[in-house]
Amino acid sequence: MTATTTAPLAGTPARTTRQPSARLRAWATRAPLLPALVFMIAVTQLPFVATLVISFFDWNALYPKARHFTGLDNYHQVLTDADLRHSVWTTVLLTVAVVLASLVLGLVLALLLDRRFPGRGAVRTLLIAPFLVVPVAAALLWKHVLYNPEYGLFNGLLHYVGGPQPDWISNTPLLAVEASLVWQWTPFMMLILLAGLQSRDQQQIEAARVDGAGDWQIFVHLTLPHLRRYLELGALLGSIYIVQNFDAVFTITSGGLGTANLPYTVYQSFYQAHENGLASAAGVLVVIGSIVIATFALRVVSSLFREEVSRA
Amino acid sequence: MNAVLRRNGLGLVAWLAGIVFFLPIAWMALTSFHSEADAATNPPSFAASLTLDGYREFFGSGGGASPWPALVNSAVASVVSTLLVLLLALPAAYALSIRPVKKWTDVLFFFLSTKMLPAVAGLLPVYLFAKNAGLLDNIWLLVVLYTSMNLPIAVWMMQSFLAEVPVAVIEAARVDGARLPTILARVVAPIALPGIAATALICFIFSWNELLFARVLTGVVAETAPVFLTGFITSQGLFLAKVCAASLVISLPVLAAGFAAQDKLVQGLSLGAVK
Repeated sequence: MTATTTAPLAGTPARTTRQPSARLRAWATRAPLLPALVFMIAVTQLPFVATLVISFFDWNALYPKARHFTGLDNYHQVLTDADLRHSVWTTVLLTVAVVLASLVLGLVLALLLDRRFPGRGAVRTLLIAPFLVVPVAAALLWKHVLYNPEYGLFNGLLHYVGGPQPDWISNTPLLAVEASLVWQWTPFMMLILLAGLQSRDQQQIEAARVDGAGDWQIFVHLTLPHLRRYLELGALLGSIYIVQNFDAVFTITSGGLGTANLPYTVYQSFYQAHENGLASAAGVLVVIGSIVIATFALRVVSSLFREEVSRA
Repeated sequence: MNAVLRRNGLGLVAWLAGIVFFLPIAWMALTSFHSEADAATNPPSFAASLTLDGYREFFGSGGGASPWPALVNSAVASVVSTLLVLLLALPAAYALSIRPVKKWTDVLFFFLSTKMLPAVAGLLPVYLFAKNAGLLDNIWLLVVLYTSMNLPIAVWMMQSFLAEVPVAVIEAARVDGARLPTILARVVAPIALPGIAATALICFIFSWNELLFARVLTGVVAETAPVFLTGFITSQGLFLAKVCAASLVISLPVLAAGFAAQDKLVQGLSLGAVK
């Protein structure tokens, strides 16, 4: 009887002395992480909560006294407003077009750069450069220096061949914005896909070649399947950045001519129209859209990540 | 023979593609050295005489606003936020790689998920907060926001760079009686330093480029370089050389940082998923 009562008693002090030190050690391990974690939660998560709350209020900054709770009214208004609905559609169109075009162009360029030829490094540098121009500067370059109907470079070059002199931005505003973004984002896709191409199993390709497979067969049956996840990664990261694009739309068309995407609309509805509630509701919708993309993106990143970890 | 021809042919196509993609930048550079009259001609004047007038105009000799305050603001916002990011991300990355906490992958993915939420959705509360706290048109607000914008990228990149330090080497140093600061300085730093430098350069680029927050949250005092550039959006008349000079000067730090970080650029931009 004494044995059964002393045993836990003997165990208790031992556990209480060990427990704080183990806990202390766990906190010592965690400590370096905490500043970054707390900072991120405070600066990025709290504003989203605030946005969510504001989105349930009818709140025009010019009439602050008239602020009141309206439930889902803002969402109803955002989803039924023709302009806002149009901006959702524009966002989808812009994102899909830019991501697909830059992905295809990036793949072609990556395949070209994957072979040895004189000056490969120099060509790589030339191709990366568009990505390293400040986005506003790039948009200004396209708007004034390339697209200008009177003295822009495009019409200047068309002049030599006796071609027409179109007003690029007025005729095809969305395409004009998209082209400038494709120019900037193709290098990004190229870099990711080039990394993918260079991580291919060369022995497998040699083996296929010995077995008599042609270039096209190797591309379709070996290269493309290997590149699939790099293509997915490029598409998803590109989508995340381009869904949020503000600079090109703001600079090239100032959201006019039917090119206002959601970020621009959110900016405009609170910066110019002072509709805080509506802007927040639109913002929440952007978040929901991004979460859909992000869920897929996280899955792709995580599968590549786990492969890297297991390889290491 | 056929194979040699094809290889050179494709090399030529690659060169052509490179030139086509670079052409707008080359043309921008050339135009920036032309006089305004030569810059706005159709057909373009390729061989016009060169002048620095565009640059003189941009730097305010023509009576326009000087770009220097905006350039200084951008430098402060980018450099200080990058330093803050390193200060916060280095210990965090250490706790996610060399001495990992439990469930470290979950923490890593939390950082990533914050990057995937669009910044525009947090803009309004940040604006209202800044307005009530008297922080509008204050460069330090941008420093804090840019730090949060880049911290997840930096944590991911540095985690992947620190993870490249072999655990066995660290253990060996520890067995030999080396203390943590010594281990960090002598073992970890030499291996991880190029990666840390690349991370800093990429954070610098993203801060330097940012427009939306700077546009909404700054005015006359804290205006950054991209906001300064938006002044050219609706300009009319002869100003092409000036726009080109301005765009080029403001892009130079990014071009320099980007080329310096070229080898690690993919790893950074893909958040460490691609090496």
